[in-house]
Amino acid sequence: MMRVELVKRPQHSALFSALSPFIALGLTLVAGAIMFSLLGKNPLETFYYYFIDPLREMWSLHELAIKAAPLILIAVGLSVCYLSNNWNIGAEGQFIIGAVAGSILPVLFPQFQSWIVLPLMLLMGMAGGAAYAAIPAFLKVRFNTNEILTSLMLVYVAQLFNDWLVRGIWRNPQGMSFPGTAPFHEYAILPEIWPAAGRANWGFVFALVAAVAVWFMLSKMLRGFEVKVLGQSPRAGRFAGFSAPRMVFFAFLVSGALAGLAGISEVSGAIGHLNEKLSIGYGFTAIIVAFLGRLNPLGIVAAGLILALTYLGGEAASISVGLSDKVVRAFQGMLLFFVLGCDTLIHYKIRLVGTPLAKPAEA
Amino acid sequence: MRKTLLSLAAAAAAVALGTVAAEAKVKACFIYVGPIGDFGWSYQHHQGALEAQKELGGEEQVELAYLESVPEGADAERALERFARSGCNIIFTTSFGYMDATNKVAGKFADVKFEHATGYKREHPNVATYNSKFHEGRYVQGVIAAKMSKAGVAGYIASFPIPEVVLGINAFMLGAQSVNPDFKLKVVWANTWFDPGKEADAAKALIDQGADIITQHTDSTAPMQVAAERGIKAFGQASDMINFGKETQLTSIVDNWGPYYVERIKAVIDGTWKQQDVWGGMKEGHVVMAPYANMPDDVKKAAEETEAKIKSGAFNPYTGPITKQDGTEWLKAGEVADNGVLLGLNFYVKGVDDKLPQ
Repeated sequence: MMRVELVKRPQHSALFSALSPFIALGLTLVAGAIMFSLLGKNPLETFYYYFIDPLREMWSLHELAIKAAPLILIAVGLSVCYLSNNWNIGAEGQFIIGAVAGSILPVLFPQFQSWIVLPLMLLMGMAGGAAYAAIPAFLKVRFNTNEILTSLMLVYVAQLFNDWLVRGIWRNPQGMSFPGTAPFHEYAILPEIWPAAGRANWGFVFALVAAVAVWFMLSKMLRGFEVKVLGQSPRAGRFAGFSAPRMVFFAFLVSGALAGLAGISEVSGAIGHLNEKLSIGYGFTAIIVAFLGRLNPLGIVAAGLILALTYLGGEAASISVGLSDKVVRAFQGMLLFFVLGCDTLIHYKIRLVGTPLAKPAEA
Repeated sequence: MRKTLLSLAAAAAAVALGTVAAEAKVKACFIYVGPIGDFGWSYQHHQGALEAQKELGGEEQVELAYLESVPEGADAERALERFARSGCNIIFTTSFGYMDATNKVAGKFADVKFEHATGYKREHPNVATYNSKFHEGRYVQGVIAAKMSKAGVAGYIASFPIPEVVLGINAFMLGAQSVNPDFKLKVVWANTWFDPGKEADAAKALIDQGADIITQHTDSTAPMQVAAERGIKAFGQASDMINFGKETQLTSIVDNWGPYYVERIKAVIDGTWKQQDVWGGMKEGHVVMAPYANMPDDVKKAAEETEAKIKSGAFNPYTGPITKQDGTEWLKAGEVADNGVLLGLNFYVKGVDDKLPQ
């Protein structure tokens, strides 16, 4: 009997660390080419629509920024959580509550129209997301609850709460009984960065600023050192005088605030009103983005853009060569599989271990 | 690596340029909220698209493009813009949630015609809306249910409390009451359009509460299969689901979009396309009943008579006297409901054994 084991490499090659994403891309292209050929599509043409066509025109680059912005914002926050060993799986819920909290002003006080509304909405969105993330943090610190479970469960609570609001008390009275709030007034809309060229809004700028700020914090500030020490060795952190419970709150609040900002930016920027279709899994996809970017905020920017490109490219390929959406998703899965697989093999090697046959139990 | 990528790109560009086929007369594009293999809503729209292409002269005349499972938010707007820029002449957006995106993109591309299904906003002259009176079919189902049910109780699996679904529930109830005034209708809100697991659970719960006829306003075939296992009768949804319940399906409301798609794409070819708001029903051929099956001849006859009455335009299911669930009068005898009220309907008629989620 042979067993496959992953064994940690004593040190990993810097060369292969740098090459790994490209090797992964190459493997994805080979596997994709095989799949597309089997489906009777021309692989080169398909790749062209996937990776080049969406980048050819300005409007499409704006769309890339729209799709990537929430993924990057959320993933940057999650990197702080995961580096400090706090497993926040509930960013989707924090995203929704951020959107709801940020929508309070335009929905409940539509007469309050001033330039101050939008900044307040963004702050309330961040506060809402952070407050919602504080629940699993509190439960973890106070009762030692598993934050993976509590944060995940709170996603469903948030989804149903939002659903209840937009079908019930927040429903647009002019909306023919369909779910969704009334459209936001103009002061509550997040402006586009460069309206002449496309519809990307300031959410993308927030994402870049957040990425640089968190990168600076993680790599240049004592707080960043604290995050990593407590993540890798809580005992060592205690000797250094760092407080683990305070770190739990810090990580969850940062990540909740950024997810909340992503939520209100999506609602006031890309959609223009609060509705029940808001939650399409950005908070979960961002987990992939965080790891794809190796938990480095700058890597996350690249990862977010690449993942967004696979959505846009998949769409372009669907329209132009007639790929079904199942194939598009399978191809996206291949890319993630190869990237994460290659990264794993930088740190680990595969060893085949022969094990003796199990002895029959003694009678 | 970089060199390979560049040459790959160049090769791909060459391929792309080489494949520009002879221009069809019109490019019709469809955006679907689900997969075309759902055997329900999106499947029927796609069947209509294929029918239109075939009817109007095949691929040389009508080029089709479509996108499946497009979420109804920021993604829809992008998908529509890509469609508009890729040379679509007419774009059908086949779900309510695409309403704002359709109108936004239509404002930017005045030469492209947009057709939005089930919505009510037409903010630009190049946006038309269309919908079908599915509730006409549900009235016929109600008549059949009341005649077939031994318990006098039917179970209704509903998706979301939007006017169209409420309209269907009420029409079913009114049809049943026209046969048996004491008929009871139980409703379970599945809060999904397509989730076979949840829909099956809803069907089981309704049967356990005494319903011996199941009908659904969700898109999967799961409730039909549960009804078949339990040996009771059921109605299909959106498409003819007889293959999922050969001895179970009484009939099904088939969404027949083909005639409308033929007409509208042809209008683009002929240059006669105009903005409109169409709410077609049995009369226009947009709502079709699947063959009546698994019922005695007298029930079949009653169903056919009801269908004929609605189809001829002689009868509107929403004709008074109708009392609201709370006991107040809605329509006086002979009074016909206003379409505007129906399209925003948010209350039950008397006899529905459920509280409408508000």
